[in-house]
Order: sequence, then structure tokens, then C-alpha cells
Amino acid sequence: MAANFALKELKTKTAAVLYDVGNDYSKGLAEFFKSTLEKGKGNALGYTMVYGVLRLINFAYGDIFMIGAFIGRYLISYFSLPMHAVFLIAMISTALVGYGIEKIAYKPLRGAPKISLLITAVGVSLFLECFLSLNALFTPNYIAFKRPFEIISYDFSLFTITNIQLIIFVITFSSLFLLYILIYKTKHGKAMRAVSYDRELSSLMGINIDWIISFTFIVGGAFAGLGGVLYGIAYPQINVFMGIMPGIKSFIAAVLGGIGIIHGAVIGGLLIGISEVFVSAFLSSTFRDGLIFIILFIVLLLKPGGIFGKWIEKV
Amino acid sequence: MKALEVSGLKKSFGGVVAVDNISFSVEHLSIIGPNGAGKTTLLKTITGIIKPLKGTIEFEGVSIEGLKPERIVKHGITMVPEGRRVFPHLSVKENLELGAYAINNSRLEAELFDLVLSTFPRLGERIKQLAGTLSGGEQQMLAIGRALMGNPKLLLLDEPSMGLSPIVTKEIFSLIDSINREKGISMILVEQNAHIATEHSHITFVLENGRIVLTGTSAEMKNNPRVIEAYLGV
Repeated sequence: MAANFALKELKTKTAAVLYDVGNDYSKGLAEFFKSTLEKGKGNALGYTMVYGVLRLINFAYGDIFMIGAFIGRYLISYFSLPMHAVFLIAMISTALVGYGIEKIAYKPLRGAPKISLLITAVGVSLFLECFLSLNALFTPNYIAFKRPFEIISYDFSLFTITNIQLIIFVITFSSLFLLYILIYKTKHGKAMRAVSYDRELSSLMGINIDWIISFTFIVGGAFAGLGGVLYGIAYPQINVFMGIMPGIKSFIAAVLGGIGIIHGAVIGGLLIGISEVFVSAFLSSTFRDGLIFIILFIVLLLKPGGIFGKWIEKV
Repeated sequence: MKALEVSGLKKSFGGVVAVDNISFSVEHLSIIGPNGAGKTTLLKTITGIIKPLKGTIEFEGVSIEGLKPERIVKHGITMVPEGRRVFPHLSVKENLELGAYAINNSRLEAELFDLVLSTFPRLGERIKQLAGTLSGGEQQMLAIGRALMGNPKLLLLDEPSMGLSPIVTKEIFSLIDSINREKGISMILVEQNAHIATEHSHITFVLENGRIVLTGTSAEMKNNPRVIEAYLGV
């Protein structure tokens, strides 16, 4: 739980900084901070988990996130389902998408060189974006995401927080907690950590490697879907290419923290989010997206293993 | 009936024959031979990590060749891999629990756990430590303990002496002997160290270029000059 602890500590620090910037500013910033950052983090977790087990950068991750947002949108607009049902159905669907992608695109390449997997991952991502932007499907246009409830602001003397931010906050923390339990306290989690270290050895323990990899994609897909619906609620304009930037940011967050390391992804996500807030506040929001690539360059130049990475090169 | 029957086994890697027409059956066997003789390939074929080109492997009358490793573990064959491959970032306890992954019986698992800790008390002292922080000898004990957690009827040991000091090697082997004697678990011991292998087995094979070139009781093989020839490749 060290990661969570650090997270909370960082949060209070940031809150203090935000207050210093000025009250007017802090409202906008707080919203910015809460929403961009937290979903980035959720995504970064999925990235890092799939990477950890499969040693594969799943570039299609941002697109699963997008599919989650669209499914959420249709469920709300056409069926007016209650929120928990929307989350549940979206997560199950994206879990299946994750499972399907692994079965169709990655499993046949088991044992192939890493570069083939990487190219395939980019291919899957482009395919999903282009195929789903057909007019009969999601269309290439921005679509309104009908928010299922009104925004309520709670005014405290130091800051303002909306119910949406609260929901995102609570869901993010519970997902983190669930992932932690899954990976560190269950038999499946133990098997995932074993497979991540050495597949051949894990199979000698009686672990079904194929199932553990599929399972990782299922869990990763479910969390991407959850992130997508949350994104739709926070920013009610969705588009078939919406997964690209969050995808890249999560990837950079995971690299910054040390790819394959769970608490690294959390801290990486936080740092990226905080940096974005600072750049938007003190420079200009146009530099915001450029900044994260500068961060990526710096990490790759100075500490390619990331903050928590040990950079063990396996031969 | 012998526990394991291997007949006509063959495996090649890109035209290079690693194991050629190997047949044997096992109670307490050691396989020795120089580097590249095909010893590890043979063990990996039995555990299912690699698939044989030809030949059959029967365990307790059931054909197991070509099965996936996780299926073969369920038949009661576990392996202590070469170079003490433990999971270094997992605790000693978690390593042992992974050994019992295929066992869905918590009572049996608890019994096996007690058995392993009574065989290797040193592991009990270090139960919460990360496996990567153990000494070489302790890691080897952990690897053997982990293989025992799978409740094996046949234990495959791939070079347990590798990289260990003579004193630690002696300690490990006396434990291996007691496991074989007291628990009645069949064993295949693969060693480069012919002296150790012949001391701790009943039957010894000499493998050279993927073929069995010599067979005999371990006592005979111990003083057989042909064994040295096989190692030197003359």
C-alpha cells in the first residue's frame, strides 16, 4: 500500500500548491488535475500490467478505452440504464475486446521477435480507429456523451470539488485497491507475477501460461473500459480517435515510473498530471502535450528504466 | 511396472540432432555427459517444454509425450531446473506456493508444506524473505522444495551441483538421497559431475552427442575408464 500512501501525500502537496496559485485559478486547475490525471493513471496501470506479463506494449489500449466510452454512451442514450449497469456492461464488453485482440492478434505471435509484436500492436490500434470510424459504426465525428446526472459543486473554503471529480476519485482508488489485491493477494496474481518473470519456469509449476496472458488482457480491457466511461462523463465529447493521446500519455506515465512496475505507473501518472497542471498554469496549455514528450526524452536519456526500474537486461 | 518408460526419443534443433533414439526406463537414474550431450534437452522433452520429433514417453502406463508442461505436472512429474531458477522477486513462501499451483487441495498442500519445511528447516527460517536474497545453496533447497510441493512421483533434477561449493553440494545431495529413500520418489538426476552422479544413483547412463553410449549400475560406472573417454570425446 506504499503506492497509495505516496499518492495521498502527493495529493495534499499538490493541493497546497494549487491554493498558492490563486483561488480563481485553482478551481479550473483542480478540475483539470483531477480528471485528466486520474484517468491517465488508470490507463497507465493497464499498460504496465499487460507489459509486465507479456513484455508487450499494447498500443491498442487507448482504443479499448475509446470503445468503452462509446459503449457507455450508447447504453446511456438508448437504454437509459443506471450508472452501475453502464459501468458493468461497458467493462464486460471491453474485457471481451481485450480478450479477442489477444487471441486474434498476439497469440499467434507467441515466441515471435518483439518487433513483430510491436508492429502488430500499432496495426491493431490503427485498425480499430479506422474501422470504427466508418459512418455505420462510431463515425469519425465528435459525438455528445449525455451525462446521466447533473453536475453538483461542493464549495469548500480552500477549493471546489464536483460530484464528477468525487466519483472519478473514488473509482480510481477502488480500482487501484482491487488491482493491488488481485496481483499481490490472489493465486492468479501470484501466477501473473511468475509468468512475468519466466514463462518456461511458470509452466513447470503447472501454470497455464495462455490462460494467464488472456486473463491479463481481460482485466486490462475491463479497466480501460471503465476509464473510457469515466472520461465520457468528465468530457462529454467523444470521438473515435480520443484514445490516442490518453494512450500515449499512459504509456509515458508507465515508462516514467518504470514499465512493468505497478506503483511506478501510479507515481508516473501523478507526475505527468502534475507537470501538465503546472505547464498550463505558468506557461500555456498549448505546451501541455509537448511537455510529456520532453519528459519521455529526459527519462529515456537519463534513466531508461524509469524511476523505480532496475533496468535488468535479460539475454 | 517402471514409472517412466522412454523409447525411441528424438529431437533436433535446426538440423542438429540433440537427442537421438533414446530409450530407457527409470527408478533412480543418473544421466551424465559433457556439455552439449543433450542432457537438458532430454529433461525438457520429458517435462513437455519441448516437443519430441519421434518416440514415446509413458508415465505409469499413460502416454505423455507432446503434452503441455502444465498437464505433465499434474501427472506427478516435477523438475528442479538448471541453475536454481527460483522467482527472485517473490518470497520463499510464494515460491513454494507456486510449486503447489496445480494442486487444488488445501489439506494436501498444507501437508506438503510441512514436509518441505521439515526437510529444509533453513527455508522455514527465511519464509518471508525474497528468494533473490537467499544464498546459492538455499536457493537450490528452495528449488527442490518447490518441486516437492507439486507432490511428485518422479523428480527431475537438472545439475543441482552447478555453481555450489563442495560442502553445500554434499549437504544438498544428502537431502536428495533422504527424499528418495524416505518418500519413495523416483528420480532422474542429470549431472556434469560424474563423481557425484554415480555416488547418488543406482543406474548411470553416459550421454554423448545425443546418444546413450554407456549404461551400467552406478557402482560399476564409477570406476569405468570409458566414462572419462566420453567426457574427453576420444
